[in-house]
Amino acid sequence: MEPLIEVKNLTIGFGTAEPTIEDVNFSIKMGETLALVGESGSGKTLSCRAILGILPNTAKIHSGEIISNTGKTPQNLLELNEKLFRKIRGDCISMIFQEPMRSLSPLHKVGHQVAEVLELHRSCPKKKIKKEVIAQFERVGFPDPKRAYNSYPFEMSGGMLQRAMIAMAMIAKPDLLIADEPTTALDVTTQAQVLGLINDLQKETGMAVILVTHDLGVVANMATKVVVMNKGRVMESGNAKDILSAPAHPYTQKLFAAAPAIPEASEIVPAVPHDDLILDLKNITKTYHARSSTPWKPAAVIQAVRGVDLQLTRGKTLAVVGESGSGKSTCARIALGAELPDEGGDVHFFTEPKATPLNVTALSRTERYDFQKQAQMVFQDPYSSLSPRMQIIDTLIEPLSIHNIGTKSERIDRAKDVLKLVGLDSSILRRYPHAFSGGQRQRLSIARALIMSPKLLVCDEPTSALDVSVQDQILDLLEEIRDAQQLSYLFISHDLAVVSRIADEVAVMRQGRIVEQAPPCTLFANPKHPYTKALIAAQPEPDINRPINLDLVALGAGKPSSWADNFRFEGDDVPPLQELEPGHMVRCHV
Amino acid sequence: MATLPDGRYVDDAPYSENENISAPERPDLDAPNWKLVWRRFRRHKLGLVSGLFLLCAYLMLPIAGFIAPYTPNERHADHLYAPPQGVHFFNDGKFIGPHVLPTTAKADLKNYRWTYTVDETRPMPLEFFCKRETYNLLGFIKTDRHLFCAPEGATLFLLGSDRLGRDVFSRILYGAQLSLTVGLIGITVSFILGIGFGSIAGYFGGKVDWAIQRSIEILRSLPELPLWLALSAAVPSHWGPVAVFFIISVILGILDWPGLARAVRSKFLSLREEEYVKAAEMMGASPTRVIRHHLLPNFSSHLIASAMLSIPAMILGETALSFLGLGLRAPAVSWGVMLNDAQNLAAIEIYPWTATPMLMIVLVVLAFNFLGDGLRDALDPYQH
Repeated sequence: MEPLIEVKNLTIGFGTAEPTIEDVNFSIKMGETLALVGESGSGKTLSCRAILGILPNTAKIHSGEIISNTGKTPQNLLELNEKLFRKIRGDCISMIFQEPMRSLSPLHKVGHQVAEVLELHRSCPKKKIKKEVIAQFERVGFPDPKRAYNSYPFEMSGGMLQRAMIAMAMIAKPDLLIADEPTTALDVTTQAQVLGLINDLQKETGMAVILVTHDLGVVANMATKVVVMNKGRVMESGNAKDILSAPAHPYTQKLFAAAPAIPEASEIVPAVPHDDLILDLKNITKTYHARSSTPWKPAAVIQAVRGVDLQLTRGKTLAVVGESGSGKSTCARIALGAELPDEGGDVHFFTEPKATPLNVTALSRTERYDFQKQAQMVFQDPYSSLSPRMQIIDTLIEPLSIHNIGTKSERIDRAKDVLKLVGLDSSILRRYPHAFSGGQRQRLSIARALIMSPKLLVCDEPTSALDVSVQDQILDLLEEIRDAQQLSYLFISHDLAVVSRIADEVAVMRQGRIVEQAPPCTLFANPKHPYTKALIAAQPEPDINRPINLDLVALGAGKPSSWADNFRFEGDDVPPLQELEPGHMVRCHV
Repeated sequence: MATLPDGRYVDDAPYSENENISAPERPDLDAPNWKLVWRRFRRHKLGLVSGLFLLCAYLMLPIAGFIAPYTPNERHADHLYAPPQGVHFFNDGKFIGPHVLPTTAKADLKNYRWTYTVDETRPMPLEFFCKRETYNLLGFIKTDRHLFCAPEGATLFLLGSDRLGRDVFSRILYGAQLSLTVGLIGITVSFILGIGFGSIAGYFGGKVDWAIQRSIEILRSLPELPLWLALSAAVPSHWGPVAVFFIISVILGILDWPGLARAVRSKFLSLREEEYVKAAEMMGASPTRVIRHHLLPNFSSHLIASAMLSIPAMILGETALSFLGLGLRAPAVSWGVMLNDAQNLAAIEIYPWTATPMLMIVLVVLAFNFLGDGLRDALDPYQH
């Protein structure tokens, strides 16, 4: 069979600089799924944008050709003029982007935006188009396609929007679908469902799919062919089965080594004792009042956190895992006193074992100063957590100068110490953050949190903005520092695999409540709650023999009223957390 | 290129895993922010040229009297409405250095206008560093040296003369002293008010924000021109030109701050969401410290750009007021005052050079706009 698209020796650069992608070759046939794998800056997005002719204005194609067999005769897409290209886009080749929230126009109804594709490429009456769009909506899994047709993008969740995007990309029945990180912005359970949908649609239409991703787990679930890219070059390419079972290139091997995975069920570890706590959150509830659109309607009440108890043992790591909107970040902010819980909730911080606790919800001025020295936060986005106008040194010693600790030279010495701790050289002190990569910045952010020698670090998704290999390094670093400095971590994450390696105890949250809590080994070996099971099942594994079990995902990620008998609840009539075995708490009826 | 037996392609270029984790990933961005901004600004040619033009213009202000051949209110009763004269170098095909040709005025009583005849037979060389009327160099050194001036018996009206026989070129230079500085004083007033109120509103939010926002809306809803007129009409007529000038610029500043305050407020709101600001708050930094160390430095550059874009509005405002006779008044010289003299359309048609201040205003306003645009484009060092 002729390949559908063949990219030959493609080299693209910006201005006079070195080419950004160099000598890229790959081809794809009908019915195949090609995964372009790589970390940020590897040139994977640029390569697939070249196929659609939507490169940035400053990009220049130095050499190469892209042969397309979508028409009657093969043509080189790079030599096509704009007008002919417009006929191909959306019709023969279509694309799904990473951010569904930003890829649909907020001003137009979703249905109309999807219908536009047909209006551009087919000449048929409006009524027929609408019918076709609604049929397509049904196909991609909208429960009420007619309502979806008439809704605006802001009325839908991220997963639903991505379904609409898929409907838009598929409506003209293209030969090739390019999906650029289609699930990166989505929660794991939604990701699993969207990936399943793409798979189903492909089987049905026999189209080719180019899947751009950084996640080897996604690759294992989807791809038949894999192209691994690094710094603009193809490192390895071939059949998915071969590459995934025995990666040949050292870079691919490194990627595999770094990919986080949920460990196979291992021996049950004893529960974490809760006798020497450092942080104790009791009965935390947090309600937000959103202003309503009209003054006479009552304000909307959003309960971000509902009756959460968390206990962090000194020197241990407690991970809070949940999807977006589960209230995990709110818990972190409340633990640090950045927000106050509703009446009845208490946060206690124990400076020393058996010391009188500091009440974080009612700190006096001096107590707050003391508390801030002991508890620090590491933020999610390394690009926004360092001020671009401050030299590294000023950023690092800022906590010291706020708290008036030490002389200037003592502060600088301390800064050099913590830099060493996070593995960086003190020569970077006078530089600015914009010269550094995400991983380096996250190291700096950790260094800043460490400079006052705190006892507690709250890490709010510290690795979710990083590449896998960098994520691996940062997790190593965090573990190393914890053991060397006897730190305690409250670790917030959406990723069970990340949590599995660093945590001593995991609390799974859903819609403001803890549904299950256990040490990671117990949790992964013996998950009880349907939602935990769904999270574990939805986690894509870089193992071609362990595909995602979509039924399990759909079951657990659904409404609480659809869960099995002893977990089911409606409204606020919630079953209590029961201790099923030592250290293993599950929210269920007994 | 290596191909494995299963048809797999493996890159065989040398690959090393060990990387220096302290090495900057983007050595091209390894510089303080102002350097990055300058690097990008340099590429904006129009902005660069405009910046140089404005720099020269402002540097010229203190020594305007030295460059101008005449003082602003020096009258030449024999040369009313004289057309622009050129400086010549060659006479009869011979190089004789810079010189002017004397002109004589004759009243054309039929068309009722002045006509000038040039006497080409008597080239008169220009004088340099000559002594003429006295003026204040840098505002306080009394001197009578001029860079160049016309020889005795001839005139040097590079841009012609006006109704009273005053040199337009010299008056433009003197006028620039007031017209260009009015924007600076106005913008200072506007900045102090705008940054103050804008940052208070943006940082504290809530009721304070509400109050400030509403007062901004009220200020903005007042029709601008009548308000100017009313305020300037309230300036006592016996005040000297300097006091009037100062008051006018303050008025312009007071009316301009709401726009700036809004820009500051919205920038504050977006910067407050940045994690480094939250980090500073969690470290225990006080609001003053957060504003001074984190917020202000990070949008100072935006402020400069928006200042560049609002100075022209001030210059135009002064011109408009003076043109209407409500701003500066003679004997003070500003571009607006000069245009006030050129209000008569017939006069402009016959003696178009009396409207040259207009050209200067256009040039300066455009230059400020280009400079502001260039700066704004250059400000974000993260873009490519």
